[in-house]
Order: sequence, then structure tokens, then C-alpha cells
Amino acid sequence: MTRYAGNAAALRGLVRDQEVHRDVYVSEEVFQLEMEHMFPNSWVYVGHDSQVPNAGDYYGTTIGTQPILLVRHTDGTVKVLHNRCPHKGTRITSETCGNTGKFFRCPYHAWSFKTDGSLLAIPLKKGYENTGFEQSHAATGMAPVRHVRNYRGFVFAKINDGGLDFEEFFGESLSSFDNMIDRSPVGQLKVAGGVLRYMHNCNWKMLVENQTDTCHPMVAHESSAGTVVEVWKKAPPGTRKPMAVEIIAPFMSPYEFFENMGIRIWDNGHGHTGVHHSIHSDYSAIPGYFEKMTAAYGEERAKAILGENRHNTVYFPNIMIKGPIQLLRHFKPIAANKTLVESWTFQLVDAPDMLLERTLMYNRLINAPTSIVGHDDLEMYERAQEGLHSNANEWVNLQRLYSPDEAGQTNVAVNGTSEWPMRHQFRAWTKFMTMGM
Amino acid sequence: MSMVAEAPLKNAVPTDQELIDFVVREARLIDQQRFDEWLDLYADDAFYWMPLEWNQTDPRLTCSLMYEDKLLLSIRVERLKGARTFSQKPKSRCHHVLQTPQVDSRDAAANSYVTWTPMHYVETRLEEQTLYAAWATHHISVENGRLKIKLKRVDLINCDAAFGNIQLFM
Repeated sequence: MTRYAGNAAALRGLVRDQEVHRDVYVSEEVFQLEMEHMFPNSWVYVGHDSQVPNAGDYYGTTIGTQPILLVRHTDGTVKVLHNRCPHKGTRITSETCGNTGKFFRCPYHAWSFKTDGSLLAIPLKKGYENTGFEQSHAATGMAPVRHVRNYRGFVFAKINDGGLDFEEFFGESLSSFDNMIDRSPVGQLKVAGGVLRYMHNCNWKMLVENQTDTCHPMVAHESSAGTVVEVWKKAPPGTRKPMAVEIIAPFMSPYEFFENMGIRIWDNGHGHTGVHHSIHSDYSAIPGYFEKMTAAYGEERAKAILGENRHNTVYFPNIMIKGPIQLLRHFKPIAANKTLVESWTFQLVDAPDMLLERTLMYNRLINAPTSIVGHDDLEMYERAQEGLHSNANEWVNLQRLYSPDEAGQTNVAVNGTSEWPMRHQFRAWTKFMTMGM
Repeated sequence: MSMVAEAPLKNAVPTDQELIDFVVREARLIDQQRFDEWLDLYADDAFYWMPLEWNQTDPRLTCSLMYEDKLLLSIRVERLKGARTFSQKPKSRCHHVLQTPQVDSRDAAANSYVTWTPMHYVETRLEEQTLYAAWATHHISVENGRLKIKLKRVDLINCDAAFGNIQLFM
């Protein structure tokens, strides 16, 4: 039964001012429409250009559920190509990442393509003479995603021609990327340390929402962060606080801490927690780092860069970054009830190694499938995915600190426990879901 | 589920059989969820390491699934007992099948012994049961007449796969 395909009004009806219908999380049909419309209409994160430093380097990933690859073309620019042979559909690359040399070669029938996707050669080409092959879809080669932007190393792509241009889509929100990148004395990041991949049996939007949900840490993470606080209390007086305790204990901060932390709302579903301070504010200084930053930027500017302690910046639709610890989480949709979470880490080029060590410790303590903090969160998502099948109430409440005049407001900072960011994400969801319908 | 208590070492230098029995006992304590006794098998400066990468050599600048000192391990053990540990309501259970551990190296002068143990590990909760295949490498030394783990390294055969929750200890 189809309820929503081709029915923009029905889709709009799923999102009300203060609540959303459960079908946005549980309906396979809605999920398929997200893949057909919402993701292709949006600027979606692909990867970082340090993953493909040399000509011919490639990295395979997805936009929504569509297989694509990021590749460094011979002219030095990065291209995003659909990862299928135009002939029979075979995935072209064998490994997740590697170097293809000057061209891609399909392992099935040896069709080959330049690294911008254009067709290079076909064996026994004569067999296509006088067949009208030049007019075929296949003759165009591996289809490129036409709208690609490399923003200071972070590569985004938009599959559809319609929609917003890059600047309009992101607006002020790029300041969080700027801050993360500026934390390198030479203004450059490099993917480093390996990626943690964690499978979640829940809808991808539950993860996105949770990034700005500041009323859950002291409750859901009482088991992990609360235990850290309790165990640490028993340490002999004067013991130096370990990095791990510095990282996990702030999750137990009281409600007031999160209220005062603040949330900022930008256009198109983007926003961040931690306007004034965050759980990352009180980390110990890393020896030698501030000196390097001062030498590079001058003291005033260095202090301004490092004084910014944004917590989670959500980029609609499906990534979150943490500037102060150089981390990016990619919530990759697989099905209405299945999401792959990839947590990527970055090295600040020309900064002390200790920063990367801390970033990696944060990642494995919080984002690994073996992480006790991760266990707390996933348990809640999975219970929600299950509970939403109750017919007693078909709506999810997002009403906290709602104000009737909030729609249309942008670049505002509000109380850090507001659910405005979630309402805001769903306004963007409706916009990009129904765009062009 | 009862189990004989830890046998004291007969001599200052452990025999191969004593090392093997120690590794087997460690797995059994985990399976029986006797986590306080299990933790007591670890030296104060011990690490439990589960690499993320195949043939990983560096736990510091390459990410791992786990690289935990005794403080972090004790936090895990305390958390498992917690009244509000919702991801353990109901609790997970686990099951080890070990191949006989091999003593790879013994250096009595350095008080350092290394064993290698291929294993299958099953973790289960509610309707889900997941099988993992791994190799455990134990770095063991003698402290006050007892064997202690200095480093336990668990290399999963599919260390780079996307996993769901792994909540207990391999």
C-alpha cells in the first residue's frame, strides 16, 4: 500500500509544529522517498579530500543508499562518480579505498573509464557500430554527480539539479567547519586514526536528533558517566585526573549546565549545541599546542579560535562534527530501521600528536560498538524503534520550549535544552522531501 | 557454576601448564560473570587491547575498539552492576570456546610469558546471539607468587567490520 509516493500533502502532514508522525521513523515507504527525494535534493557529505591525496586515489561511500565514489582526477580536482558500470551495473571498485591508476576498469567486461567517469574504451568496440550506441546512457560512462563542492577539504555533493546552491544551503553554519580546520596551525586537517563503524537497529534520524538532545546525558548515561564519577571519587586525593575521566565525566553535568550551554539555529536544519561553553570546555591544555597556534595566528586570534567550544554541530541531513576534538560522525541510512554510524577522526596538521591521541580516545570511549556510552544510547534508540509500533499514540513529541514565532527565524541562540533544533530539522526534512514534487 | 579457587604457583617460574590453566580460568571467570575476580587477574598497570585494524601495531595514534587500563576496566565492571544500566536489562551472557593456549615465549629473567589462544566467543542478549572469532594474546608475569595479566590483546578476525553492541569481555 502506498500512502506517500507522489503525495506531497501527505508527507507534509507527517510534520506538525510540535510533533512528528511515527512514519518518519518506521515506514519503509517514507524511507524510500527520503532516498529518492530528500537526499538527492540536499548537499550530502561524501568524504575528506585527504582520503584521496594522489591522482587515481578513490574512496567508495554512499549518498543515501546509492553507491558512489570520491576520486582524485588527473587534473588534481576531486570528482564524485556513481559507482556502477554503465554497462551491466557492476560495482567498479574492489576495495573501499585504493588507487586505480589513470583509469577505472570494470572487472566484468573490461570497459574502462577516465577518472572523471568518461568512457575510455570498450573491448570489441566494433560490435556497437551502427547500433546507435553513441546515444545510449552507457556511452556517457560512469555518471558523475554534477554538483560537487570541496569546502576546505570537506567534499559535499548534490545529486539533483534543483534545490539550493552550496552557499545558500549551508549559510552561516560553515563557521563550525572553519573553527575545526583553523585549530590546525596551518589550517589543514587530515583523516587519521581509522574509522569506527557501528551498526544501529534504528532510524537514522534518531541519531541526528540525539546530537542536540541535551536532556538525555544525565539520564541515559548515568550508567556510564555516573559510574565514572563514582569510581573517580574513590581515587586517592591528589591523583592526576586521567584523560578518560576528563572526557566522560562531563556527560553527568546537571540540567543547568546544558540550559546555559545554549543552542544555535541556522537555516535548513543546521545548528549546534554549545554556544557559550560545552562538555569539551575544561580539557587540559596540550603542551606546546597554544605556542604553535600563537606563532601561526597571533595570540588574540589563537585565543578566539580555541575559545570556541561548540559541542555538536549538526549538518542536515546526516552528519555531525565536533570542532574541539576534530571528529565527524556520519549517519548512513540503510533501511527505515537500520543505520550505519561511521565516526571519523582528523589530525590537525602541524599540531602535537597528543591532540590526535585525545581525539582517538574520545572516539573509542564514546562512539565504538564496544563503548559503554554508545551502549546507553543505542539501547534507547532501539527501544524507541520498537515502541513506535504501539498504536496508542502515533506521534512523537518535540514540544520542549516551543515558541509559535520560531519558524523562519535563523541564526538565533536559545536555551540549551530546547527541542527547537529537532523541530528545525523536520522543517528542513519537509522542505527537501517535497521539493520538486 | 562453581569452580575451584585459583591454585597457587608451585614455583617462582610458572610451568606451561600453569600458564595454560590461567588463560582458561580467565575465560571461565568471564563466562560465569565473576567480574571482580576476573579483574583481580590483571596487574595494576595492565591494558586490555582490542585493535580496530588488522595487524595493528600502535594503540595510541591508531584507533582501537578497546584500549583500556584497569581504571576503565573497573568502571565497566561497576557499570554492569548498576541499577540504571539499561543496556543490561536484561543482561547479556557470553560463552568462550578456547583452543588450547600455546605458550609462545617464556622469559623467566624478564618475568614475561606470552600465550596465544584462538577462540570463538558468543555474546547473547534477548533474541540476538552473535558469534565472534578471535585470537587472544596474553602477556603474563608473576607478582607476589600469582600470575597476572599485563596485556591482553584480542584480535578479531573481522576487526574492521561494522558491529552492533559488544557489551562484555572477550
